[in-house]
Amino acid sequence: MALFRRNRSRRATGPQSLRRSFVTPEGVDLQIELGGAGVRAAAFMVDAVSMLVLLIVVTIAIALLFVASKQSALAILWLLGFFVLRNGWFVLFEMGGRGATPGKRLMGLRVVARDGARLTGGAVIARNAMREIEVFLPLTFLMSQAVQGLADSFVTIFSLGWSGIFLFFPLFNRDRLRIGDLLAGTWVVRTVRGELGADLVRATERPRRIFTEAALDLYGVYELQTLEDVLRSGRDDAIATVAAAIRRKAGLPDDHDDRGFLDDYYAALCGRLERGLLVGRRRADKFA
Amino acid sequence: MTDTAPAAVSAFAPPQPVLVNASRFRAAHAADWERLEYLVSRIERRSVRALQDEDLLALPLLYRSALSSLAVARETSLDRALIVYLEQLCTRAYFQLYGVPSSALSQLGRFFRSAWPTAVRSIWRETLVAFLLTVAAAVVGYVLVRGDPSWFFGIVGDGMAQGRDPSASAESLRQTLYDTKGQDALATFAAFLFTHNAQIAIFAFALGFAFGVPTVLLIVYNGLTLGAFLAVFAPKGLGFGFVGWIMIHGTTEMFAIILSGAAGFRIGTAIAFPGRQARMDAAVTAGKTGATVMAGTVVMLAVAGVLEGIGRQTVTADLSRYAIGLAMLVGWLLYFYLPRGRHGVVPA
Repeated sequence: MALFRRNRSRRATGPQSLRRSFVTPEGVDLQIELGGAGVRAAAFMVDAVSMLVLLIVVTIAIALLFVASKQSALAILWLLGFFVLRNGWFVLFEMGGRGATPGKRLMGLRVVARDGARLTGGAVIARNAMREIEVFLPLTFLMSQAVQGLADSFVTIFSLGWSGIFLFFPLFNRDRLRIGDLLAGTWVVRTVRGELGADLVRATERPRRIFTEAALDLYGVYELQTLEDVLRSGRDDAIATVAAAIRRKAGLPDDHDDRGFLDDYYAALCGRLERGLLVGRRRADKFA
Repeated sequence: MTDTAPAAVSAFAPPQPVLVNASRFRAAHAADWERLEYLVSRIERRSVRALQDEDLLALPLLYRSALSSLAVARETSLDRALIVYLEQLCTRAYFQLYGVPSSALSQLGRFFRSAWPTAVRSIWRETLVAFLLTVAAAVVGYVLVRGDPSWFFGIVGDGMAQGRDPSASAESLRQTLYDTKGQDALATFAAFLFTHNAQIAIFAFALGFAFGVPTVLLIVYNGLTLGAFLAVFAPKGLGFGFVGWIMIHGTTEMFAIILSGAAGFRIGTAIAFPGRQARMDAAVTAGKTGATVMAGTVVMLAVAGVLEGIGRQTVTADLSRYAIGLAMLVGWLLYFYLPRGRHGVVPA
């Protein structure tokens, strides 16, 4: 029964869980999931690389044009373009309807206000202006020192340490907030798009097995939903293992139709536990 | 193990239409959920404008029915796929209905009509402090350099001085004030000044997070530099001209730097002394106000860049420079501090 063994301390919504209650004005708790540190870092890397590539491409294009035409307007274009790219990339994308930069979109993240209200321009600017001291300041510092050949170990350590404090800040609080998020009242949530899985208990033409009360009394909601996962995964070895485990526990003989057996057992158990729900009895797991 | 088995396995029930609530529930509402999902996907992919009028009207209703489906499903159904699906669908719909910022144009309009001046007015105390700090630092810089010219090099870097140091002759200093450079480089120079100063303004805001200490240093340094330069020009009889030279763009630029410093102070003080609010809430309020002010200073610095790069090089008469600088200052002060009605309209 390794499959149904549960680790109580891990499943409880402890500090590691990234699920947060999020009550809509209609009074329903949506239970949103926050973006983890790894996903956020990946999204930032995607954005940083895109910005760098864009900068290099545009710089080369402008340089070629400048060589061809000698227009000083091109230098202005580059200066303003660099400024907009550096300060505008995050702000403009996050102020758009998607609330996400291309990197965040790719990783399935979006920025939302912690209080569930509209994301204001002020909040987006605040959260991204802090990037200046989180990332760009130590980077520029390091780069200008390196250009002058003065990047001694102290400067390097200082700027790496400085950046480290800010870069790893999200790891030191449970909501994975950057300094910018902290100040702007925002957080980054996962946007998952899932399909509605098929109904496992849909009406069938074939007769279903009938189980005794004792056989259905073995499990609770947690085991039922684990069984649901097994059935939806459709993996034959897992289905065979679980069917064997249930048969052994309930004392049923093997009828060589694991899938059909589990489908019927799921339907019967689900119906039984649901009837319990209707009279206010929720059997959380097999220990309850 | 074999004692209960024979009875349990031989029994088969005839086919039943529906066994559990979840099936009935899915059959009754799945069409609504699918329509909502279709609409939300269209908004996510393109925008809310991609929807027909009837879809727009249906959207809130579909959202509420999906929310109530979720609430019911959580209490009556054990079909986890259903609940997870509804949670995801409702979250996506929620963010499309409640979380999306209003259109860029209307945000921009509101920013200039009310949000920016209101934010600037609300940090008037910090603005005053930043202004006094600048003035005090300028006086100190002036006194220091007048007393001992070697201070100048301690305050102003070589790159910034560009030969305008205490040992320069009056004639060469005069040239820096009134000489017009090649017209071609003016616009480029303006663009460079703008991006450079705007970056400094953003730093001044962001560094406010460290309880405002680096912001104070930035403001004081700015004032010291001003005083030091004044101390170079004034003894040579060029004080009046220098003030005009600085003023044409300086009223806008200095004001912008002071404001962004004030925005930094607001954050620093809100974090250090949150008052009756929770520290987090105080930081959020201050962060939003500060960011609004800071975004505005970028606009001001763009104006200052144009004035400095183009205006100063083409307008060389002292009085015109004074006039432009003062007009800009009065304009900004009226814009920010003139009392207005509730909707940002100036009362008659």
